[in-house]
Amino acid sequence: MNDHDHEHPHAAITNGDEPAAAARARALEELLLEKGVIRREDVRAGIDWLVSRSPADGARLVARAWADPEFKARLLADARAAALELGLDPGPSPVVVAVENTDAVHHMVVCTLCSCYPRALLGPPPNWYKSLPYRSRAVSDPRGVLTEFGVELGDDVEVRVLDSTADIRYLVIPRRPAGSEGMSEAELASLVTRDSMIGVSAPQSA
Amino acid sequence: MHDRGGRPTDAPIDRSEHELADWELLTDAVVGTLGRNGLMNVDELRRGIESMPPDEYEHASYYERWLYAIETILGEKGVLAPGELDRRLGK
Repeated sequence: MNDHDHEHPHAAITNGDEPAAAARARALEELLLEKGVIRREDVRAGIDWLVSRSPADGARLVARAWADPEFKARLLADARAAALELGLDPGPSPVVVAVENTDAVHHMVVCTLCSCYPRALLGPPPNWYKSLPYRSRAVSDPRGVLTEFGVELGDDVEVRVLDSTADIRYLVIPRRPAGSEGMSEAELASLVTRDSMIGVSAPQSA
Repeated sequence: MHDRGGRPTDAPIDRSEHELADWELLTDAVVGTLGRNGLMNVDELRRGIESMPPDEYEHASYYERWLYAIETILGEKGVLAPGELDRRLGK
């Protein structure tokens, strides 16, 4: 089957556009409010939580792990506890697992079935993470995808693709870039991008 | 259809950034609220999404799939009557 013709990005949904889905979403909320199965304040609180999430939280975890090997060990052993230790919200129940990229092993994360992602620590997943081509090709051609995203790895580096589930979500600790010696934790955190914590980008120090 | 891992494709990955629109945030938060209220958990959300006809699935945007799942699951549970949302929308 040639999927190519079917895998357009979603042209109907763009910023500033008002797709039919928007009216449908509002009507659905209205019906559910009237039926008393949801309360407006709970929905508003959910939106507030979602917009408050950002990759800055994940970056703080990575920066601390770079700066403090003992913290890194705790992060790798139990990411949820490590997040709580820094006063960060690890989100509701699903288990967050941190994995470390090294000179020998590179991890990248996908959710082939849908979009599972450590939203509490990284914010909502980017559109490409949820897209059909990424979900296919991260598994069939991970090195090709990494090249497309600008990550060049030597042949001696093992690539591990982690497929997320509703119960386990992954946070990649990228390699600390050369030239970052002596930086403060805040400076280190500023080097840590969202994509590097998905494993499709490598932090640069300059 | 939903199980994309390794499916052969040469389609490019569109890496443009997209800030979630208000209705997308709303849909996400409604799902979260339904979950906390015990009306639809994440597995039911997924089953609802995966019950979409393949052609619709491929063409729907991400949160359009979520809307489809909410309607499907809450319809099964009798929270929404058949066609109730369409009638509200004047269709």
